[in-house]
Amino acid sequence: MKASNTSGWRPEMGIGGSAVPGAQTASGDYGLALEEPLIFELGAAGKCGVDFDEQDAEPSPGLARFLRKAPPALPGLTEPETVRHYTRLSRQNYAIDLGPFPLGSCTMKHNPRLNEKVARLPGFADIHPLQPHGTVRGAYETMAQLADWLTALTGMAAVALTPKAGAHGELCGLLCIRAAQEAKGDARQVVLVPESAHGTNPATAAFAGYRVENIPATADGRVDLGALKARLGPDVAGVMITNPNTCGLLEREMKAISDAVHAAGGYVYCDGANFNAIVGKVRPGDLGVDAMHINLHKTFSTPHGGGGPGSGPVVLSAALAPFAPLPFVTREAGGKVRLTEEEDAGADHPQSFGRMCAFHGQMGMFTRALTYILSHGADGLRQVAEDAVLNANYVLRSLEDVLDAPFAASGPCMHEALFSDADFGLGGLAEGFSTLDIAKGLIDEGFHPMTVYFPLVVHGAMLVEPTETESKAGLDRLIASMRSLAARARAGDEELKSAPHFAPRRRLDETQAARKPVLVWREPEGPD
Amino acid sequence: MRYLPLTPTDRTAMLAVIGAGSVDDLFADVPAEARLAGLVPGLPLHASEMAVERHMAGLAGRNLSAGSVPFFLGAGAYRHHIPASVDHLIQRGEFLTSYTPYQPEIAQGTLQVLFEFQTQVARLFGTDIANASMYDGSTACWEAIAMAGRVTRRKRAVLSAGLHPHYVATARTMARFTGDLLEFSTPKLEAAPGDAEVIAAIDDGTSCVVVQYPDILGRIPDLAAIADAAHAKGALLVAVVTEPVALGLIEAPGYLGADIVVGEGQSLGVGLNFGGPYLGLFGASEKFVRQMPGRLCGETVDADGKRGFVLTLSTREQHIRREKATSNICTNSGLCALAFSIHMTLLGGEGLARLARVNHARARQLAERLTQIPGLVLGSQCDTYVNEFTLILPRDAREVADALAAKGVLGGVPLGRLYPDAPHLHRGLLVAATETNTTEDIEAFAEALAGVLA
Repeated sequence: MKASNTSGWRPEMGIGGSAVPGAQTASGDYGLALEEPLIFELGAAGKCGVDFDEQDAEPSPGLARFLRKAPPALPGLTEPETVRHYTRLSRQNYAIDLGPFPLGSCTMKHNPRLNEKVARLPGFADIHPLQPHGTVRGAYETMAQLADWLTALTGMAAVALTPKAGAHGELCGLLCIRAAQEAKGDARQVVLVPESAHGTNPATAAFAGYRVENIPATADGRVDLGALKARLGPDVAGVMITNPNTCGLLEREMKAISDAVHAAGGYVYCDGANFNAIVGKVRPGDLGVDAMHINLHKTFSTPHGGGGPGSGPVVLSAALAPFAPLPFVTREAGGKVRLTEEEDAGADHPQSFGRMCAFHGQMGMFTRALTYILSHGADGLRQVAEDAVLNANYVLRSLEDVLDAPFAASGPCMHEALFSDADFGLGGLAEGFSTLDIAKGLIDEGFHPMTVYFPLVVHGAMLVEPTETESKAGLDRLIASMRSLAARARAGDEELKSAPHFAPRRRLDETQAARKPVLVWREPEGPD
Repeated sequence: MRYLPLTPTDRTAMLAVIGAGSVDDLFADVPAEARLAGLVPGLPLHASEMAVERHMAGLAGRNLSAGSVPFFLGAGAYRHHIPASVDHLIQRGEFLTSYTPYQPEIAQGTLQVLFEFQTQVARLFGTDIANASMYDGSTACWEAIAMAGRVTRRKRAVLSAGLHPHYVATARTMARFTGDLLEFSTPKLEAAPGDAEVIAAIDDGTSCVVVQYPDILGRIPDLAAIADAAHAKGALLVAVVTEPVALGLIEAPGYLGADIVVGEGQSLGVGLNFGGPYLGLFGASEKFVRQMPGRLCGETVDADGKRGFVLTLSTREQHIRREKATSNICTNSGLCALAFSIHMTLLGGEGLARLARVNHARARQLAERLTQIPGLVLGSQCDTYVNEFTLILPRDAREVADALAAKGVLGGVPLGRLYPDAPHLHRGLLVAATETNTTEDIEAFAEALAGVLA
């Protein structure tokens, strides 16, 4: 049993990176394992890391009754202190730049640095959204070129660029569907969503005013076409389907699903979160999709940034394109690009359902995504999908003998491999061991864990999405660690249940955090 | 292909492990009618870094960048100086290439930043708490209206005439599908911000009053009076701040009675970026915490009793609550929040106050200079603006802005661009000044404007 603990750690060794039993340092730091206080504990009032060119001026008399009584109670730091604070904090983060980040359905691929360089060109980063149109022709052209690529790659008629993230894109697509049906005087109430859907799908449908009904899955992890057909009718506005789905499987009957939905007067929304698996290989338009959001921060490599910003353009079929939100980019006959805003909407885009946000969407993500697309080209993007799928299948087949892989027998997976902590083969994990222990053990192994407990349709899901930017050698290391962890969990290695031991923090008490939320820092109360 | 590590040898070895004859075997589930035989037609092939950079630089070169000319645009997006260390720090790979902190043990960097950010926003706004950010100011504004509806169980919101028209349009789009009722109007080109009209519109069915502060024309509404009127009818006051630098000078909305304060954080750390990505700020009274949208970071301890941070109260959110979630929002604006937080840390509260005074002084200098031009009138009260005001021109400001651009001056946002259907506003030009504007810029603007109007 002990032999499977390849990390060599023993509880008596203590924590915080110390390999010396019971060692304590005076500073609380251990070599390069650095602790960092909050800025409110570091900074001093009146300290400032910005110098001003000009003398202070008194505010004008008319402002007197509006003035702030005291400046915000925020400490400042000088530049060296600021740089050190954030650099020390950064070292407590795992990141793609450090190693594989196989978070299923998140597509954590390498973020090319050319994208960052391009987005920072003053001609993109330092232009205002309401400059006169004639001064930003290059920006409109950039948006149009991205739109051209996205429509060509998906085989769709048009694209709404403005949605700010995937969930915002879902909303955009559903609002297009609702607007299209309202235009026909058809007030349908129900949106069908498969059981395996990402939680944003039902949340979005409910937000758009629909009643959500679930469609069951078949034993091989796909939408039950028979059950879907049976439920279609004049009250069903459409379906929201993720394809490839959240089990990492392609919906083989997607075209039949689309045809059935269309025949019943509904529309097909496809969640494009997993487009990376099929980009350059399959055009969703050929599968009968009416609307699909594309997470530029997934398939097209714009950085995830610790949780955004994202960008979620929505490609639309010809039937839905007239209802796309403002502003809307189109090419005129001569190739000149127009940005249709409220000013021209009445003439150019009269059926638009309106505006979803201020200004024109996530331009900083458009420039990065277009840079990525041009770097890859049609051939590179096809290779992206092929390598992403190859990597995922390699992980699937390299682990299916030690972890339960619920749909492995039904054929290849797409870009992500799904495992569960269910009993399997030689007795499965030991009593009391679960997906969480495998995930936390991976942290000690130096990897970011896979997505856990999603999708909900399997017990203790572990969804591994390696992406195409992992090398074979990198995957082999990940596989070796996961095999070691599976063996330890099967052998009942109790040390795994308290993992991680080598991270900046051990398991955190989430119950306490939620019971009495502390969401902002407050000065400690003095002794009185 | 420089981004794809697998070699042909790797691929062959991996296919052997998988037991597949070719990569296409892995795509066997694709319906035959949708299988592309070759490449997507009509698209170029991959290109070198040098070639792509050349192409993109060509596109960028067709735009007139703000820093290259005298520049005075605002209207919800402001050009401020961003200290060099901000952009350097947000490009550290540990911040740039990490994701939502689902595994807190290895995401304490991001989580502590979010906790600090929430505290900074709350103290800036004068609210008890703040969330970990939203997409942008306009979507945060709608989320506040929706939240006020949940808190008060009422469906009718009053939007002040001074609310940014894009924010109004965003809310109208959403309300059309949720069944919320919105009362809104276009502003008058008057010196006073129209507080009395807002107060008169509040009744027993009002969920909230939404007031921009300073408003779209640069005027400062009396939030305390509106808060009292709203509270007297059981409604909430939602304050909207599109220029957070202004709060270095004027009182925080939370201290004036606002129950929810939202805003656009782009001014600090983020930059113009042609409108996005930006940063939605969201603060509120603590008693409404369980009705708040968006991610929240909270303090806790780890198994050894060490302080640490986690995402918390996620039972409000879509991945747990699904169709019963407070919002469908999933991603926030993490990297922009980091940039905002770093910039705020460099400034500190007193530095922000100083920055705001410098902005105000620049705007006064600009207003004084521009009103020397014959025929120009200030649309705001003569000195009750922070760094943005409205100028009334003798003719449609859209033509004037285009003519100024032709002379190499980006001289403000014409109200006709924002309010195409409100002719009474079309002579208005919204002008902003910040610390980035020099005396030479102001002189160049004034001369160009005098020339255009002559």
